Amino acid sequence: MIIEGRARVLGDDINSDYIISSRRKRETIDESRLREFLLESVDPAFAASVRPGDILVAGRNFGCGSAMETAVTVILAAGMSAVLARTFARSFYRNAINNGLVVVECDTSGIAEGSGLAVRIDAGAARVQDMARGVEVIGAPLPAVMQRILARGGLVGFLRAGERLG
Amino acid sequence: MTAQTISEKIISAHCGHAVRAGEVAVCDVDVVVGTDGSGPLAIDYFAQMGGARLHDPGRVFFSLDHYAPPTTAGTRAFHDRIREFAARHGATVFGVGEGISHQILVERGIVRPGQLVIGADSHTVMCGALNAFAIGVGSSDLAAAMLTGRIWLRVPETIRVRLAGARRAGVAAKDVALALVGELGGEGANYQAIEFTGDLAAFTLADRLVLSSLLVEAGAKAALFPHDAVTAAYRKGRASSGAATEAAVEADPRAQYARELALDLASLTPRVARPPAPDDVVPLADVAGVPVQMVFIGTCTGGRVQDFHEALHAFDRAGGLLAPGVQLVLTPASQEVRARLIADGTLSRLVAAGAVETTAGCGACCGTSGVIPGDGMTVLSTANRNFRARMGNATASIYLASPAVCGVAAATGRIPGGLAP
Ligand code: SF4
Repeated sequence: MIIEGRARVLGDDINSDYIISSRRKRETIDESRLREFLLESVDPAFAASVRPGDILVAGRNFGCGSAMETAVTVILAAGMSAVLARTFARSFYRNAINNGLVVVECDTSGIAEGSGLAVRIDAGAARVQDMARGVEVIGAPLPAVMQRILARGGLVGFLRAGERLG
Repeated sequence: MTAQTISEKIISAHCGHAVRAGEVAVCDVDVVVGTDGSGPLAIDYFAQMGGARLHDPGRVFFSLDHYAPPTTAGTRAFHDRIREFAARHGATVFGVGEGISHQILVERGIVRPGQLVIGADSHTVMCGALNAFAIGVGSSDLAAAMLTGRIWLRVPETIRVRLAGARRAGVAAKDVALALVGELGGEGANYQAIEFTGDLAAFTLADRLVLSSLLVEAGAKAALFPHDAVTAAYRKGRASSGAATEAAVEADPRAQYARELALDLASLTPRVARPPAPDDVVPLADVAGVPVQMVFIGTCTGGRVQDFHEALHAFDRAGGLLAPGVQLVLTPASQEVRARLIADGTLSRLVAAGAVETTAGCGACCGTSGVIPGDGMTVLSTANRNFRARMGNATASIYLASPAVCGVAAATGRIPGGLAP
């Protein structure tokens, strides 16, 4: 699998409340409506600037805080294709795989806002190439069970296909 | 067999073979709990997964705690969906005002030592105080466990936290917990479990719940206490407890830990987390004198009987009158907590002083129900998170401290520099 897209760079410790505020969920949990509030606490103009296929690039501890699933589904609904981060909080990472969102844990420090990225995933191992600079970084491999879930597009597809946990 | 940590033992007992940190295990789940925040989506996933019936309705619980009471038609509809689903499938619903999901599980004896608990709420980890392996997950994992009765887990490495010595007067469990989160950092325990050891006899079960819930802010997957006399005393008389069902789980003496972190309790002083990060922890004296306009006593970290008692005691010693311009908001963590605070006069005393009491549950914690701070306000809170906009207003600043520190601030209008012993 190869994913190409434009880097949208964020900092460290972007918690799930920043990705989508709990307060917004009072009216709806429909991610196609929540997407207009994506990352509003970090940058109110962010949601409107997202182009389909954009790749979120973050620092350490992306998705920390609440385990809310909408932090993942709102990123998918915004049309983003993957999230790269130096490290992920465990609940976000799990929810991402369960929803078929590609997440790669790798050294994101050299990636600049707006640069073109190519993410190659092969048997759970990921390589990220910064196309303008020709730099390549290697992502941490995905555990086997996560590869199987991701290959089915998430936990729903996995269970519907009759696959068993374990 | 090789020596195991508490987490390794509980996971092994639930997957049917001995496992060690780093392995992936598929486990039977004893308790599955969702909230009105995570439940509606879990119900959607359950339907999408083709779910027709719950694997075991007796193990599935929902709590209407984040929108208690619902203040919009939308959140009211979440409650209706959950009630309808639970009635159809035989799951249990804790209604508006009954309290916070994991608080109810603990106080009603639904969660027991040795169990494996998953909750679609990050602070489910709090149940680790009862010597259970409890983790927070999202709605999709919750739905899969509702359907299959199982969850896959990576067996976590464990950080052993040694609490040594005796706390000085005025140093609360919250101060210990904040100090640890500050020491570990916001992701210092990511993917790892924490196991407490050392001089734990002086930590009441309420204290342990504070520690297990707050360590989520260091990324901990689980935060477990050993089973001891304090656990046994708390469990006695709780519904569904009983000698036959208790499975105290002890770590083996040679169990392997990722690392050990020691905290000297005797030299610890009160701590505060500065906005907007729970791991930006400093000594109370560093922020002394900061004016506050709202004080919040509540949540699954700081809304139990002991917390209110400590807050009231400190409030009274600081004059017992609400400072002009300060709003004091009280939200008991559960109906049981509220009933006890009514019976012993704590609530009436604080309400008579001018405090506002809101429905038991999450209250103002994450801006979904209860009182929202005004623009530019500074809030001092017994809660666990102080992210920007956490309480529903991005311009408010939230400091986290112990109930006693909050009690003093309610009476003085400022963060105190210390506590009278
Ligand atoms: S009280 Fe706060 S932290 Fe605890 S479950 Fe409710 S919203 Fe979450």
